[in-house]
This record gives sequence, C-alpha cells and structure tokens, in this order.
Amino acid sequence: MTATTPLIEARNLVRRYRTGATDVAALRGVSLTIMPGEFVAIVGASGSGKSTMLHLLGAVDAPDSGQVLLEGRDISQLSDADATRLRLLRIGLVFQRFYLMPTLSALENVELPMAEAGASTTVRRERAKSLLSFVGLGERTDHRPSQLSGGEQQRVAVARALANKPALLLADEPTGELDAATGAALIALLQQLNRDGLTCVLVTHDAALARSAQRVVTMRDGQIVSDERVAEPVA
Amino acid sequence: MRATLAFASLWRHPMRTLLAIFGLAIAAALLIDMVMLATGMRASFKSLLTSRGYELRVTPRGTLPFDTEATVGNAAALVASLRAHPDIERVSPSVGTTVQIASTRTTQSGSAFALGTQPDVQGEYSVLSGRAPSATDSTLREVIANTVLLARLQVSVGDTINVSVGRSAQLRLSEVAERAVIVGEARFLYVPPGLPAISAPLRAVQSLLGEAGRDRISLAMASIRADSGGAAATSARTEAVRTWIEQTHARVTAISTETAIVQVEERLAYFRQLALILGALSLVIGVLLVTTLVSLSVNERLGELAVLRAIGVARSGILHQIMLEGLMLGFAGIAIGLGLGLITARWLNAILRDFPGLPADLDFFVWSPEAAWKSLAMLLVAATLAGAWPAWRASKVRVAQALREEAIG
Repeated sequence: MTATTPLIEARNLVRRYRTGATDVAALRGVSLTIMPGEFVAIVGASGSGKSTMLHLLGAVDAPDSGQVLLEGRDISQLSDADATRLRLLRIGLVFQRFYLMPTLSALENVELPMAEAGASTTVRRERAKSLLSFVGLGERTDHRPSQLSGGEQQRVAVARALANKPALLLADEPTGELDAATGAALIALLQQLNRDGLTCVLVTHDAALARSAQRVVTMRDGQIVSDERVAEPVA
Repeated sequence: MRATLAFASLWRHPMRTLLAIFGLAIAAALLIDMVMLATGMRASFKSLLTSRGYELRVTPRGTLPFDTEATVGNAAALVASLRAHPDIERVSPSVGTTVQIASTRTTQSGSAFALGTQPDVQGEYSVLSGRAPSATDSTLREVIANTVLLARLQVSVGDTINVSVGRSAQLRLSEVAERAVIVGEARFLYVPPGLPAISAPLRAVQSLLGEAGRDRISLAMASIRADSGGAAATSARTEAVRTWIEQTHARVTAISTETAIVQVEERLAYFRQLALILGALSLVIGVLLVTTLVSLSVNERLGELAVLRAIGVARSGILHQIMLEGLMLGFAGIAIGLGLGLITARWLNAILRDFPGLPADLDFFVWSPEAAWKSLAMLLVAATLAGAWPAWRASKVRVAQALREEAIG
C-alpha cells in the first residue's frame, strides 16, 4: 500500500434499522476516504448516523448496500469469523463507556485481545505493561476497573485497543463520560498516537473537541454535509 | 485467560454462585446416594451370601433360612445324602433356637439366639478372638459368643454361663439347663445387630433341645465342587444339584445363591425404581440450576459480551467461556456433592442397618466406584450441556445492536 492508497474507504454506504414498526435510515449513501496517518473527527448531532458509520468502518456491522475497503480490501461482506479476526488484528476500538471487563485487572484487560490472537503469556504480559506505561498507568496494572477513575479506565481502553498493533483506531465519543480536563488529556494521547503514525477516527458530538483532529467530517440525517481540513488542530 | 474470565464472571456474584454450587452439590449427593442404594443392597447381599463359599441353602420346604422355627427331621440322613453327591464338596448343617443365658459370675441374664453348627465346616460366623468350640462335643460344654452377648451379660472369654431352653431364666422354670464355657468371641454373619448370639456344636444344641431337636436341623448349606469349567459351568452344576435335592428330598427347599439374589432383586425392584426416579430428578435439578444461573449471568452481560465480540473475541471464544462457567459450577458442585453424598449415605446406612431382623453385615449403601463415577460424570456432562443453550445465545449476540442498546441504556 502506497501513501496515496486510502487506508479506509466508504463507498455509498446505506444502512437502515428497524425499530418497532419504523424503518430508520441511519446512513443514506455515505462515501468517505481516509488516508493513512490521518486524524479524522466525525461530528454530528445525536441520530446523525456517526456511530453507525464508525461501526461500518470497524466491521462491527455490515451495510445494506455500498462497500467499505480497508487497505484496498472489501470488508463490508465478510463472514462473521473473518470480520472478527479483522477487528482483532487491524482495528482498535474505544467506546464512550470504556467497556472494560470489570472482573479483570487493567493488565488482564489489555492482555485480552492479545490472548485471543494467540500471543504467549510472556509476550502479551510484557506488551500490556508497556502499553499501560505508555498511557500513564504503569503503576496501576493490577487495579480493577472499579478502582480506576473514568479517565484511567479510558486510558486502559486505549491500551487495549492498541494491543494487537492495529492499522486503524476508531473511538466512539471517547470523552463522553469524562470531565473537560481528563477529556483533553485523552485527546492529547490520541494525538500522540496519531503523530506516531496511527490513523485515528474519532466520533463526537462536540464540535470544539473535533477541532483537535486534522480533519472534521460533519454528518446530518445519515449524510455527510461537510468535510473540512483543520488548519491548526487544537493541541 | 478464558478460564480466568469464566471464574471471575462466576465470582462476580459470590452468594448466587455459592447457592447454585450448593444446590448442585445436593443434587450430586442425592444422585450418588441413589446409585449407592440401587447397586449397594444387591452387592452387599451377594457378598454376604458368597462370603463363606456356600452356593446352596437347603431349608424346610417352603421356608427361607431361619425365617420360621421350622426344622427338618432325619437330618443325619439328609446331610449324608448331600455329602455323597459327587458335585457337592462340603455341607454345613445347622439348627437355630432361642435360649436363656445367665452368667455364673454376674447377675446378668437374658435370651439369645443359639446356633448349632459343625465348627469345622460352619459358614455362619468368624472368630474374632479365642477359638471355636470343640467339634466333637455332643453335650453343651463350650460356646462361642458374639460381642453383644458378652457386653450384655458383662462376661468375657473364659467365663462360664448357664444355657437353658424352654422358659424364662428369671423365673428359673427352664426344662433343660447346661453349663458352658465361653471359648471365643465371634461375629455372626446372618444375625441382626443388637441380638445376643452363641454358637455351639450341632449335636450339643440338638441335645439341649431334647426331643424337639433330636436329629433335626434348620438349615444345611452346601458348596459346589470347583472345576476348570468356569463360572457358567459352576452355575449350571449348582442348578443341577439344586434340582436334584428338591427331587430327591421332598421335605426341603433348595435355594441357590443366584436364585436368592434374583429373589432379592425382585423384592428390591421398588427401591431401584425409586432410586432411578430420584437420581433422574437430581440430574434435572442440576441441569435447571446451571441453565438458570448461566442464563441469568448471560442476560446481565449481553453488552459486555458484545464488547468482547467487538474487540475481536470469536463466537467460539464466547461459547467456550460460557460453557466453561457451567463446567466450573458442575465441578465445584460435584466435588462437594461427592463428600456430602458419602456422609449422608453412611448416616442413612446406619439407620437402615438398625432395622429389626436384618443381618448385621447387610449394607444398603455400598460405594461402587464404577457406578458412582459414571453417574457423577453424567451429572458433569449434563451440567456442562446445561450451559450450552445460554452459551449459544451469548455467542449469537448481535454486536452492533447490543452496542447501540448499551449506548442508549
């Protein structure tokens, strides 16, 4: 893959949901191209389709029509096993509510994807420690999620997302449950990862937060209404 | 990692998990007790009948050994006839009666079961200490007593007792009384627990009985000569000898050990059916417990399981983890249930052994490793499979939908 090949490309994505008797069109023919190394923020009001877009980009969900190409490969119609494997090895996911396993320590939470990928205990433990140190939690590896603050939990979630060295990091409202200062620190962490070469896609309803990305894609009613470069991302 | 996660998931609600394990333990204990009861009585009865090597029991016609006061007359001729049969190796005749016994040293007295046997061939008791009475005595001079009698009369081996038949010893209205030395202590195989008993040579007890005992016996046990034909051949010869005895001696009934076991099995059919039903119920309870607990746990964790799927855990991984939870519950419940089952079996066995009229050596609950392990393995498999349905549901969680619902929730 060359620098001119998109890392991920959405082509005319359509996704509908059925909620009760109502058919909801979450995405109405959305196309988006993201190049390697970009930091893209997808913004929009609640129900604009941004989380659905993230799920499709992350192979968590499949479109009703259209294509998603990751590194040139169509991932929109993968079998469940292939999509799962792809998420495990190539995509890192961070959620608004952290979703750490409450019964596992921070270290074990980070180890989990590596264990699933078949890494040996020694390798995954070393890498989990290193990742937790990187996100500033080197001293809290044995703590359970309930013993960590919201910001710390989200940092563990980021470390978990990085466990298998993904090509793409997708974050869905990662600061949604955090206070302003903690949220800013987390965005700084994502910016650091992006500067190190990781492609990041951030979904948020906070337009100000989106200014920390290099590019802001705005969605409304299941469509992209603007796609702008940020001249000077907020540090 | 998967085992850690499964264990941690169970331990998230310790009280609920412990209650489920305890419920499973009770189901396992019930199952193991029922298996022990269903197989135990048969095994114990067979062991009791075959322990002294006699395959045939000859009793007065239409009776079972010592279930009535009936005796067979002209016993010497009957025994001689049996001993003359080429397939019969040895014959042990015996006569049983109730006697009054009084200690000559203490003031203690009471009734006891007296068994006249031929000490050199007898199959009725095992000597615990001392020795058996002299086989040649034709009058009552030596007896061997069981522990119950020694304790009740406060006598010991070497002491002398007065033995009488006919009437109450307290009223001193006995018709026949003899003085005998206790030469040994014995465990009587077929005597109920708690019943004082003595044994003396057959002729001595017949003599004690006077006219009523002259040349009469209550039972003759016969053993079949062994050969190289194996168990099937021995069984066939035993049946042939049994038929010959009944055809030749119209006054008696001959029962083979195999027949006795079949008869006992027929009488125990109710027990076995009950055990089967209770055992099956315990399996159902085990399955329901695991299914309920694991289903509850899965329903509470749908969002969490969706996240696991989202970060790349395969369906099979979720399936294995949830089934592992069922397996862990099963293991813990069965391990505790095994101990609980053995303790309750011992307790129930002690209660049932006190039933009047049963031989002291008859057990109701007998540990049969093969049957027990098979039944516990069946419970473990059932408990594991019980987790399969909730595990399958968990593995089928729709990731995007569950995440959306979690986000809304």
